[in-house]
Amino acid sequence: MSDTKTAPEAQARKIPAPPVTIESKPFWDAAAEGRFLIKRCNSCGKAHWYPRGLCPICFSDDTVWEESPGEGVIYTFSVMRRSPTGPYAIGYVTLNEGPAVLTNFVDCDFDKLAIGQKVKVKFQETENGPPAPVFSPA
Amino acid sequence: MSIKGTAYIMGAYEHPLRDAPDISTPQIHAESAKGALADAGLTKDDVDGYFCAGDAPGFGGMSMIDYMGLRNVRHMDSTETGGSSYILHVGHAAQAIAAGKCKVALITLAGRPRQQKFGGFGGAGRPGQLTDGPPEAGFENIYGGTTHNTYGMCAMRHMYEYGTTSEQLAWIKVAASHHAQWNEHAFLRDVVTVEDVLNSPMIADPLHRLDCCVVTDGGGALIVTSPEIARSLNRPKVKIIGAGESPKGPMGGHDLDLTHSGALWSGPMAFDEAGVKPSDMKYASIYDSFTITVLMQLEDLGFCEKGQGGKFVADGNLISGVGKLPFNTDGGGLCNNHPTNRGGITKVIEAVRQLRGEAHPKVQVPNCDLAIAHGTGGSLGTRHGAATLIMERE
Repeated sequence: MSDTKTAPEAQARKIPAPPVTIESKPFWDAAAEGRFLIKRCNSCGKAHWYPRGLCPICFSDDTVWEESPGEGVIYTFSVMRRSPTGPYAIGYVTLNEGPAVLTNFVDCDFDKLAIGQKVKVKFQETENGPPAPVFSPA
Repeated sequence: MSIKGTAYIMGAYEHPLRDAPDISTPQIHAESAKGALADAGLTKDDVDGYFCAGDAPGFGGMSMIDYMGLRNVRHMDSTETGGSSYILHVGHAAQAIAAGKCKVALITLAGRPRQQKFGGFGGAGRPGQLTDGPPEAGFENIYGGTTHNTYGMCAMRHMYEYGTTSEQLAWIKVAASHHAQWNEHAFLRDVVTVEDVLNSPMIADPLHRLDCCVVTDGGGALIVTSPEIARSLNRPKVKIIGAGESPKGPMGGHDLDLTHSGALWSGPMAFDEAGVKPSDMKYASIYDSFTITVLMQLEDLGFCEKGQGGKFVADGNLISGVGKLPFNTDGGGLCNNHPTNRGGITKVIEAVRQLRGEAHPKVQVPNCDLAIAHGTGGSLGTRHGAATLIMERE
């Protein structure tokens, strides 16, 4: 619909401060340095998302942080049209490492988003918290 | 029937920490689970029943089941009675095992009251302070996920994979509105057309306003009795003949599949227990938070092939007296009500009316002797609990 077209630089919606736990703190500390971390399990070898101390696939507690280039494709998305702060796009990205990540899509024309589109991570400031990973077309 | 001798405690583990500044509450739940499973000589994939109380962060057991990747859970219980919960859970687990609802029940407790200087439980993050809420919160809740756009993501993917259209989804709302016109209490009583749905404002792509359920106050209640009590009462008897339940979540994000719901597992459990099949159902109460919710659940319950839901719901096939599967004859969540944003109980209530022959005459299914009520709680787009109930008029 023409009245919901968004400028390429859109998402006026501010991202609230992420609740940081003792378990997720290394992720957010790295995010503050612009690095995107995922967790990989030394036992089964698989990466997972969101990062956990115990592997949700094999339950090993030998999981390690790994820096990811944050590249993948859009699995699905939905543009929220009814929002007091204007439209924003939520969706899942399937990372090249395997797991899917829930995120926002930014710096793009929401009407041109497509499933299968290549995207790459970037960090967006939050309201008095560490920056949060978001994705835009690669 | 008694639980006497029907179940055994075969694993137990007490977490060694007394001051745990360095690990989260979900992690303590999981480490405790791992310890108890190791003690029993079992793995997490053996667990098919999960029990927790209010100390488990998140939505009932949903967050912890997803955190631990408990893929085979088919029985869930988050009864909260404070410190006594876990003793009560053992009794409930024995009941579930005796009834064949699960074979390996996991009960967990964890918390970090000594760390409360770091902030309270749940809610939004406080700048500079650590929290101890649901483990997914920091990675999901900040992105503005609502029911609308997370179900929108499911619809978008379903359209991509199966060619489902907005017109097909609209037929679900049309059917609900045909039923609601006869319900004097319905929040929306006007009959709508496919065009009305498509012309209503877009809320979250590809869901329009009329793809969404209503927001209403209200409530409901049910009484379930023993056969002896039922026989002593002067009311038509609605017999419970099958039930199934299942969680579903990303569980680490591999093979994410937002076009399926937990009905894929809860449905067959309920139908198998009842000894009936989807085509035997005379009436269906199907949770309708959104039109896509109905479509996905109908497919997963086996009313049609996966991906064929769009064709199945089109052309009035869900309208009582018109189509093959009368659904939500009270108008459902799409038109009648959705009290406190939880529609499960009203699904059972309308099924009871149908089985008693007490639905509105304009929507009453003739000789309605078998019915299903199915619901989804949480979000199909992230993690949810599915429940299926099969009922028979006696």
